[in-house]
Amino acid sequence: MSLLTTMARLEAVRSGHAEPLATVRHRHLAERPMLLVPLAAAGETGAPLAVLLGRDRERPRLLTVPQPLDRERRFAFLADLADELLPYLESFGEAVEVLTKETRDSGTGEQTEVSRELCLDAPQLIVPNRGGVDLLGLLGRSTRFRRTAEDPDPGPYPAPPRVPLLGRWLTHLRERSQVPGSSLLLAMTDLLGRHWATGQSTLEDQHLGALLAWIDPPAGLTGAQAALRAETARDERGQLLCPPAGPTTDPQFDSSLLAPAIVRYDAARLLADPSHQQSPGAAGRRPHAELREQSAARERDIDGLLEAVLTPVWEQLWHGLDLLRGLPPAAHLPDRWTGDRWSYTAHRDRLAAGEPPQPVRDDAVTAARKLAQREREQTTVGVQEALDDPLAMAEHRLTGEALAGVVTEVEPAHDTSGKSPRPRPLVTVRTVDRPHAEPGTELHRAGGPTSQRAELVAAAHGRVTVRLLSGMGRKKEPEPGSVPEVGDQVCFTLFELTARQSAPLPEPEDTPWTHGGPPPAHSAAPTVGVGSATEEGADR
Amino acid sequence: MSPLSPAPSPPDGPGAEADQAVSAILEAAVRGAERGTVVDSPPGAGKSTLVVKAARELVAAGERLMIVAQTNSQVDDLVDRLATAAPELSIGRLHGSDAAPDPAALRHPMVLPSTKAADLLGQSVVVSTAAKWQWVKGVDPWRHAIVDEAYQMRSDALLAVARLFERALFVGDPGQLDPFTIVGTEQWAGLSYDPSSSAVVTLLAHNPGIVPHRLPVSWRLPASAAPLISAAFYPYAPFRAGTGPGDRLLRLRSAGDGSAADRVIDIAAESGWGLLELPARHTVRTDPEAVRTVAQVVRRLLDRRGSCRSERGESDLTADRIAVGTAHRDQAAAVRAALTGLGVPTSGAGGVTVDTANRLQGREYDVTVVLHPLSGRPDATAFHLETGRLCVLASRHRHACIVVARAGIADLLDEHPSTEPLRLGVTVKFPDGWEANHAVLAHLAEHRAVG
Repeated sequence: MSLLTTMARLEAVRSGHAEPLATVRHRHLAERPMLLVPLAAAGETGAPLAVLLGRDRERPRLLTVPQPLDRERRFAFLADLADELLPYLESFGEAVEVLTKETRDSGTGEQTEVSRELCLDAPQLIVPNRGGVDLLGLLGRSTRFRRTAEDPDPGPYPAPPRVPLLGRWLTHLRERSQVPGSSLLLAMTDLLGRHWATGQSTLEDQHLGALLAWIDPPAGLTGAQAALRAETARDERGQLLCPPAGPTTDPQFDSSLLAPAIVRYDAARLLADPSHQQSPGAAGRRPHAELREQSAARERDIDGLLEAVLTPVWEQLWHGLDLLRGLPPAAHLPDRWTGDRWSYTAHRDRLAAGEPPQPVRDDAVTAARKLAQREREQTTVGVQEALDDPLAMAEHRLTGEALAGVVTEVEPAHDTSGKSPRPRPLVTVRTVDRPHAEPGTELHRAGGPTSQRAELVAAAHGRVTVRLLSGMGRKKEPEPGSVPEVGDQVCFTLFELTARQSAPLPEPEDTPWTHGGPPPAHSAAPTVGVGSATEEGADR
Repeated sequence: MSPLSPAPSPPDGPGAEADQAVSAILEAAVRGAERGTVVDSPPGAGKSTLVVKAARELVAAGERLMIVAQTNSQVDDLVDRLATAAPELSIGRLHGSDAAPDPAALRHPMVLPSTKAADLLGQSVVVSTAAKWQWVKGVDPWRHAIVDEAYQMRSDALLAVARLFERALFVGDPGQLDPFTIVGTEQWAGLSYDPSSSAVVTLLAHNPGIVPHRLPVSWRLPASAAPLISAAFYPYAPFRAGTGPGDRLLRLRSAGDGSAADRVIDIAAESGWGLLELPARHTVRTDPEAVRTVAQVVRRLLDRRGSCRSERGESDLTADRIAVGTAHRDQAAAVRAALTGLGVPTSGAGGVTVDTANRLQGREYDVTVVLHPLSGRPDATAFHLETGRLCVLASRHRHACIVVARAGIADLLDEHPSTEPLRLGVTVKFPDGWEANHAVLAHLAEHRAVG
């Protein structure tokens, strides 16, 4: 945590409400994103219990698994989820733009034009917290390899037809969510945490209710009081007023409400089961339709219970969305969203090409490619946020990685060492910043008309003198507007403003001996894998 | 430079032991059955000398050789050493277009710099960074490569360069800092080829036949330091000092003025270690008092005109033989500013080196002054507890190491036992940072001055 964030948190404790960490919104928000509140059953990792989802605040769709251990009910749930999500996910695949770029064949040196499709927009899923993101990833992992009745060898327990496809989409979204700055699948707590500092720890910020309580406390309460109430207040039945935002449920809810309801449902279903009709006893004499209705009623009880704990979270998600929409979008958002569109397009293409599901584990080359991409994007996000937002730049200024101030003096000067003299003007800036730089350190101008390098000449007593080195055109005198004027506000950074390109890696089938040689799957089918060349290229 | 065999080498003494190890390594690298040879080298055990020796031997046998180092300064350093030790070798210095080589590396007539590998194919030895080698394409693979500082190289970097050579000698210090990344890598934890792990870890996992060699003698660390560093950081690969207890002497020509800085200097001159303890306090990272104290210790070291006597003879303790080590870059910057304020040069050839543990790796000085990574902290994170960080900071010196720290680090450690999750398939590093920190702290406590 940076010093500035720590200060903001202390400030929040004092003021009683969250303090802004950003002046603009740093993540892309779709006009109508798909919101999901997934719940998992206690006891089995990744067992779905319920989900409340939709794109319309007033009409969320509730899906539940009344008996989480029942595999048939689970797959019925997943089939329903696929019916809800897949049309949305696939709806962006049609509208495309065609981009052409010239590439040079490395062998012959011939120029060729390559055209590629890029989807104009991409889906966006928002879940309450990182636990929700992980649960979707787990669901993807547990379903993408399932065989269906449509497979040549469906096996004894075929899954509903579209479930493996859903698994592949969820896997892709989860993978993409690991790329810094990506916005296909987002956690609301991350979004809010990026833009506001609360007076509690980052761990406590994972509680969506408490986080919102700090950012937008109800009238008459401080953030701390509201957060405490969100975390602990219970009604007369002992249930939390603000249920956890999933994927785990409150144990109190599980044991006193949910478990008994599931027991009642199990009993009713047993009675309604035709194979139990012959058994003697009072129930056996009741008409079958009535028993079926009993069972359905018990199922509706469970739905009601789950809806009651999901609806408050649903409202919190929209509340968070409203708060975020109150911030103006950052300038680089379209740029980064293009990366998400590439990622979406690449996955669409892999599905269309009939490639097999993403493997359980990345091979050596894919893992290295993903790591390189994530590191590059991490750097890019950091730089872009600093360029978009004075508060983000302030963090760098505070750590001596940047300086900002007003130009007090500009002295024309030239480099006469070459054939023709080139402009190398000296710019003196009045600043309160103390950059950790020595004379000769390379600087980069932020927010200038073009990318511009400079070097530090002298820094003392609130005055920093730099010499501009580039971005002034090819003539003896600098291009108009390329050199700041006295009175201009300028900012220079010690870090480069673009991420370095990552070095090329071998193709998976060329994995060297130091890394165990080519993976077996690749020698058989070279196109397998999420991270083949297309992923890297497409995901930028 | 650490000589592999100091002039008067007693029979079967450290010199003979080291020589034996080196011959075995060269034999394995040139003719061994495995394509890879790994050498674990504790601090100052003659790793660079081994690299020079291996390079000469391979070239003498008619081979062309590529050398991979991790940073530009390591490459320049290596080129300079190689050209000095073997002026007859034709050496290529492959460099990036935005990273001009150090003039010291280019002053030798047989060193040819270029940004293109194709220009250097005629050279017997071509040296560059892993980052630059990754971009080289369209050349025939070299038969031999030497990978220097291999434990600091990431697995993904090796993946990108391994196509360039058939056999390789990997040399490095397993006790130093592990490679790092700025993003989460839990997804690949436990995979043998986890791209964020060290190149050597991946290599050994995929080539179980490779048994790492080890250099048994540290020529840098004095007799006062080798036992502690060996026990605290290399419990399963012990090493000893190449010099004996009275072989290294640090003397100060003028007496101390009784200040805490002078007292700790006297203690360190006497024992090789010194701890200057400041009152316990939670501080910001660039703790102004600790930074000022570090600067004062350096100032006094210079003012009191130290002199170092060793197996290399007697020399003055000049600014360029002193280094200050910190955990964070802003701390280093703050110390530099404080030193400048006291009139001590910190840049250029004759200045005191002030840098982070990361950048001090592979460097050697007569005296080091260390700002303890845990000084003034309210918590002990994995970053600050990393074994390698402390190991680097505590093993750069030939004569003495002075640590400046706030009191209360032992309690801080006890309040923050290691809580990192254990992951399946990941070799647990032993000793962990918690243990190593306690071991070093316990030793330093015997050489304490209170400030």
